[in-house]
Amino acid sequence: MQTQQPVVLKNIGKIYRLGAVDVPALTDINLEIRPGRFTVIAGASGSGKTTLLNLIGCIDRPDSGELIVAGARVRDMSDDALSDFRSRHLGFIFQNFNLLPVLTAYENVEYPLLLAQVPAAKRKERVRALLDAVGLSDRAQNRPSQLSGGQRQRVAIARALAIEPQLVLADEPTANLDSHTGAAIIALMRKMQREHHVSFVFSSHDPQVLAEADDAVHIRDGRITSIERHDDVAVLEAVQ
Amino acid sequence: MKTFSLALRNLLRNRRRSLTTLLAMIVGAGAILVFGGYSRDITYGLQTGYVQRSGHLQIQHKDYFLYGSGNPTAYGIAGYDKIIAAIKADPELSPMLTVVTPTLQLGGIAGNFAAGVSRTVLGTGVVVENQNVMRKWNDYQFPRRNNGEGPLTGTAEDAVVIGNGVARVLQLCAPLQVKDCQNAHIVKSDEAGKAAPDDIAALSAQETPADAKSDGTRIEMLAANAHGAPNVASLNVVKAEDQGVKEFDDLFIGMHLEQAQRLVYGGAAPQVTAIVLQLQHTGQMPAARARLEQLLASSFKDQPLEIQEFTTLNPFYGQSIGMFAALFSFIAVLIGAIVLFTVGNTMSMAVVERTVEIGTLRAIGLRRNGIRRLFICEGLLLGVIGAALGVLIALGIAYTINHAGLTWLPPGRVEPVPLTVRVWGETRLIVGTAIGLMVVAILSAFLPASRAAKMNIVDALRHV
Repeated sequence: MQTQQPVVLKNIGKIYRLGAVDVPALTDINLEIRPGRFTVIAGASGSGKTTLLNLIGCIDRPDSGELIVAGARVRDMSDDALSDFRSRHLGFIFQNFNLLPVLTAYENVEYPLLLAQVPAAKRKERVRALLDAVGLSDRAQNRPSQLSGGQRQRVAIARALAIEPQLVLADEPTANLDSHTGAAIIALMRKMQREHHVSFVFSSHDPQVLAEADDAVHIRDGRITSIERHDDVAVLEAVQ
Repeated sequence: MKTFSLALRNLLRNRRRSLTTLLAMIVGAGAILVFGGYSRDITYGLQTGYVQRSGHLQIQHKDYFLYGSGNPTAYGIAGYDKIIAAIKADPELSPMLTVVTPTLQLGGIAGNFAAGVSRTVLGTGVVVENQNVMRKWNDYQFPRRNNGEGPLTGTAEDAVVIGNGVARVLQLCAPLQVKDCQNAHIVKSDEAGKAAPDDIAALSAQETPADAKSDGTRIEMLAANAHGAPNVASLNVVKAEDQGVKEFDDLFIGMHLEQAQRLVYGGAAPQVTAIVLQLQHTGQMPAARARLEQLLASSFKDQPLEIQEFTTLNPFYGQSIGMFAALFSFIAVLIGAIVLFTVGNTMSMAVVERTVEIGTLRAIGLRRNGIRRLFICEGLLLGVIGAALGVLIALGIAYTINHAGLTWLPPGRVEPVPLTVRVWGETRLIVGTAIGLMVVAILSAFLPASRAAKMNIVDALRHV
């Protein structure tokens, strides 16, 4: 069980430069993601939730402020160091699943383990366990094109959990799924999050996802408007 | 995932495009190899011809090559038999040798005084048995067309063979039954057609063997002897042969060495203008030359001798190789450029199509170098597969050509030779072409691969 805060953001700012114009995407973000929680970053389209998720996922860098992920100050890490960091501490689930089309379900789940240089025997054991956990043992040798949307997202969940990350980031994971499949995927992620004691951070405006969240971070125009901690008896904490 | 396995699967993903790219590479590699094989065959063919005629190395009197070709008396090698014996006895040289033989070149005037015609000629005196051995040299396994025996084999000492051009001028086409040969039209003048001067006729009669038949193929050859006085021999022409090059064909007269020596040196000690060494293999030339230089410098330092290689003696050989090398380079560069752009285009399209995939791989922890390596591996795989199939195709084409029974007449040759393409066994050509193609494929992939590696992850993931 994690006790360390998986993510700490202090006065984070991010600006996009569109030609000669500076567009602030995030302003003065202060946030702590609690360990072992199902945290949703919610907001309308263009509110900055994906940018915030990208910063937490270390695939983008803040222009200002301090960002601590899995206990490491990541802002000044080199590109290679960040790549290695992601390969060891973070898992990703994408809206479009983003599985490698030339690899089988088994190989897609195995790929992060190869990057993390996990020994072959352990890889095999881990991949089989994960595919079993997401209910796709019988589809291990199928390629993504031979799987349904829900099955692909299950493979993506297994892939995200393969390296036993401290944090899994999911960018609108149910957006491309029908409501029934979306609900099943949320239930699966919830189950996996509990079983693996890992923190999940979503960006979503899907009510199904919000309903399942332990914590909900509401964001608008690049600023956090509120944080809901559902397990704190619906305490509403205004931060700005 | 092993990078190569992933790269291979990515290539198989878009099979039509990969096949088109491979086809360009296969055609390119095949063209380079077939032309290279043809060029190599010509080089070996020329080399074989020159080595059969003039050996690999020749020992000559110093400066004979530059200044002495018309003056065998001033540039002759005395005591040549001792030099030959020393070469044959040398433990380092003898295993490399097939033949060591003397030759004598002389200039003179050949006349068919019965027909009232004469012309200047360039004579070569040879040891016929040795020449026959030399003609059998076939280190590159060309198909043999005859038993290698020259027309002077088994003939009397006064027998000669002449060029077709000489036969034409000396009115010998009909008696010698030379194909495609018409006697020269004789210009009528007061002096033309008269019999030889009395003194020359007397000398000729003196030299004519008592049992010589007069079947219209006898000629006289006049040469200056060692003292500058004229010397005449009555010779029996046994055959007229096309010498390949007209200038040579109009001058050539080949004879037994003893006959040539008697013309030049008379009763004095005979000399030769060159000692010809034919080696087992051309690759032995540097070692043989080095040893020969040592031998001449130690045992025969009283004579100013030098060693000439067949490449120096036959400048056309080097010129031909140079021309084919230039053509080969031109074709190789052209095909290399086509492959460069074809693979580059394929890889660029692959990078654009797989932008999201690149973003995903980077997000889950693949370093920039990993992305670069992946695309370069794809280029390399295209290169390896293209080169391998190109080699196979080239071998198939070469086999077909070599067994089609085609012939052609190379420059400087008398008879048509089989048209062959030498790819099989040309390891350097095959490996060089394959490696070249792979390097070009890697270079083509490098720029798109670098572009892929430098992609911003967020932008790549957003790519539609």
